[in-house]
Amino acid sequence: MSFSKLTRRGLIKTSAVAGAGLALPTYLRADAHAGYTNAPTGDTVTLGFNVPQTGSYAEEGLDELRAQELAVQHLNGEGDGGMLNTFSSKALKGNGILGKKVTFVTGDTQTKSDAARASAQSMIQKDGAIMINGGSSSGVAVAVQGLCQDSGIIFMAGLTHSNDTTGKDRKRNGFRHFFNAYMSAAALAPVLKNAYGSERRAYHLTADYTWGWTQQESIAAATEAVGWETVNNVLTPLQATDFSAYLAPIQNSGADVLVLNEYGGDMVNSLTQAVQFGLLDKEVNGKKFEIVVPLYSELMAAGAGPNVQGVIGSMNWNWQLQDEGSKAFTKSFGEKYGRPPSNSAHTCYVQTLLYADACERAGTFNPCGVVEALEGFEFDGMGNGPVLYRADDHQCFKDVLVMKGTENPSNEYDTLEIVEVTPRAQVEYDPDHPMFAGGDLGECNPGA
Amino acid sequence: MFGTAKRDTALLIIVAILTLFAPFLLNPFPAGSAMAQFNAGYPDLMQRFVIFGIFAIGFNILFGLTGYLSFGHAAFLGLGSYAVVWMYKLLDYNVIWGLPLAILVSGVFALMIGFISLRRSGIYFSILTLAFAQMMFAISYSDLLGRFFGTTITNGETGLQVYTSDPQILIDSWERVPHLLGLVEMRSTYTLNLGNWSFDFNAGYYFCAVIMILAFYLAIRIFRSPFGMMLRAVKSNQQRMNYTGLNTRPYALAAFVISGMYAGLAGGLMAAMDPLAGAERMQWTASGEVVLMTILGGAGTLIGPVLGAGFIKYFENIFSKINDNVLHSWFAFLPDGIEDFLVVIVHPFVGKGWNLTLGLMFMIVVIFLPGGLVEGGQRIARLFRGKPAKNDAPDGSKTPAE
Repeated sequence: MSFSKLTRRGLIKTSAVAGAGLALPTYLRADAHAGYTNAPTGDTVTLGFNVPQTGSYAEEGLDELRAQELAVQHLNGEGDGGMLNTFSSKALKGNGILGKKVTFVTGDTQTKSDAARASAQSMIQKDGAIMINGGSSSGVAVAVQGLCQDSGIIFMAGLTHSNDTTGKDRKRNGFRHFFNAYMSAAALAPVLKNAYGSERRAYHLTADYTWGWTQQESIAAATEAVGWETVNNVLTPLQATDFSAYLAPIQNSGADVLVLNEYGGDMVNSLTQAVQFGLLDKEVNGKKFEIVVPLYSELMAAGAGPNVQGVIGSMNWNWQLQDEGSKAFTKSFGEKYGRPPSNSAHTCYVQTLLYADACERAGTFNPCGVVEALEGFEFDGMGNGPVLYRADDHQCFKDVLVMKGTENPSNEYDTLEIVEVTPRAQVEYDPDHPMFAGGDLGECNPGA
Repeated sequence: MFGTAKRDTALLIIVAILTLFAPFLLNPFPAGSAMAQFNAGYPDLMQRFVIFGIFAIGFNILFGLTGYLSFGHAAFLGLGSYAVVWMYKLLDYNVIWGLPLAILVSGVFALMIGFISLRRSGIYFSILTLAFAQMMFAISYSDLLGRFFGTTITNGETGLQVYTSDPQILIDSWERVPHLLGLVEMRSTYTLNLGNWSFDFNAGYYFCAVIMILAFYLAIRIFRSPFGMMLRAVKSNQQRMNYTGLNTRPYALAAFVISGMYAGLAGGLMAAMDPLAGAERMQWTASGEVVLMTILGGAGTLIGPVLGAGFIKYFENIFSKINDNVLHSWFAFLPDGIEDFLVVIVHPFVGKGWNLTLGLMFMIVVIFLPGGLVEGGQRIARLFRGKPAKNDAPDGSKTPAE
């Protein structure tokens, strides 16, 4: 080996170099250029799309990626422009953002907070991304939102439904377009009352993690307000494949409604097994037994197949909406990919456009300018009617859809039908509502 | 020097030089060029390289020396992270409080888990450790402990974060992010621009790198000590040791605790770089990852696990980010038909297919280089030197070479 003859001089030299290396960081502070993190210098601006590409939410993530790619095309003036034509703000001209061509980088969150932060970090530190968008889990959204706050860039959340994202974990640099558990519950309760009456006894199966708890808390409070009784709430472990042990006690509990606060594979499995158990064919207390799934998604409905028929749930957006914005988006998405967009795709698409529009209106990419432009911003033409980005907690307020599994699907994408569009006023709440309390937006952070 | 043999000293110095110059070595391509995609010299990934290096070095002390295959080492990684973040929440952002606690807590848990699991060996040991780790994962993922006591301990799947409402009794007004004794912030980075090249020197990375070099030195000492020899004896034939009247369990337990403490240190450093502790760190996939790292690099060798850790983290972070747009830009010089064809061919192996590429690499290494990447390095070195290895390492048959 070349080092076998280590001389005294060699050793001193090596230690000097090593010592210099060790001492170096002491003299280094964060790069002190004026302005903000990753200020775009050339004629392009880079957006970071951080979605689950592997793991249980990979399907949703890939659909988000499709929508984000479409949004970039529309921002750069390619394709038919999609929702840019229907969006109430006309600041975007199809020449990129602030005259800079939009490029993007992608990463895999793996639906794990750690991996999501690692891939967001690499976008920020290596690729110079000015904003992070996407994701399909509240845990990931909260984790990445915290990172973006610390790094001084904007986070436009994708699919995240937990109250905490804009509740106790709200951040000044983070924005959520998607609705939340409270809004789901507020929209569902009146519809459930009309459909199933006010004398119902509900049994809850809840996925045992943060989202499940906030979802259960919200729906229990809302249904109790219309006269329902909550018989029991049983927490189920994540990624359980066999729910029979949790389903069997329901039949002797005297409950006549089952609320499944589950998502993803858990929802597909629990619903499928509940239907196989024959719960839907039973009559309890002289009433037909019913199942409620508070949060629906097209991809889960497709996974559960015919079992979703007649089951009520809520959604942020659906491609069957007939307003101009939804039609334009569904059309350009369908032309490009040959399938209708999911509601997570819609959220990511809209978030990308909203970010671009905010930069355009603020006249800068500086996160503080963008935050100012987005806070209290009212817009229309992006589906869901008139929408408000509330300044107090960075939550979007808009109409919520109550959905039902289609009884006679006409094609493979026709799995859910719209029962009711609950108006925005009915799902609004106070920013200091107990389910959202304890959060602090903090100051906007422009970074370095 | 340092009480190590010449070969080990040389190895230690090589590792030290490689880690200290990593910002240069990992950024070989000019920023903005097409190949910049393969640069790995940004702070977050460099930190991960050395942190998982520490994790794998520690794991190797157990698996490489005693042959006990633990499938639950990620539990200690998570414990270390929680310990550090709790110190942020209770005291302040100085990492100096949390790291010793991370080592201590994971050591205590390793003692308890090891005491029970080491009653069995082979596959039963692996399954016991896996069971313990999954229990701890489930507890932290749903914050069962926190709910039992009516408070927040792990904050469930969201991960433990620091809030402004936390006590933080030692906090100063300037503290926003983790720092070392107020001297330097972990995230502060100096970017050196040389022509088209750009190199990031990150304080947190150097902090971790120095700790990794110390951890590596400690591992060398353990490998070469009589204690290390004892552990190797456990691996080669535990029964015979028992028959000669030696009680091997304390040795195995000590190795288990040491490697648990290494894992706790690694977890603590993760939280020291990035003030968040997530339950996924404890999941069995994370435990499996460190097994892969060790085997890929070369179990039982000193440098192998560090190489394996770097290899896997590189794939996870670099290959997963190559999307179709990037592919098109690579092959843009080709005629359209060939370009599209090549993109279609390469597409399954990058982006969301990074796991597939990693799996194939792992298969190739395990089939053709059973000794891991280290064996590959040795074969290449032998080719150049043109003589058999045993002249080079007289005791190669007894001590696994590095």
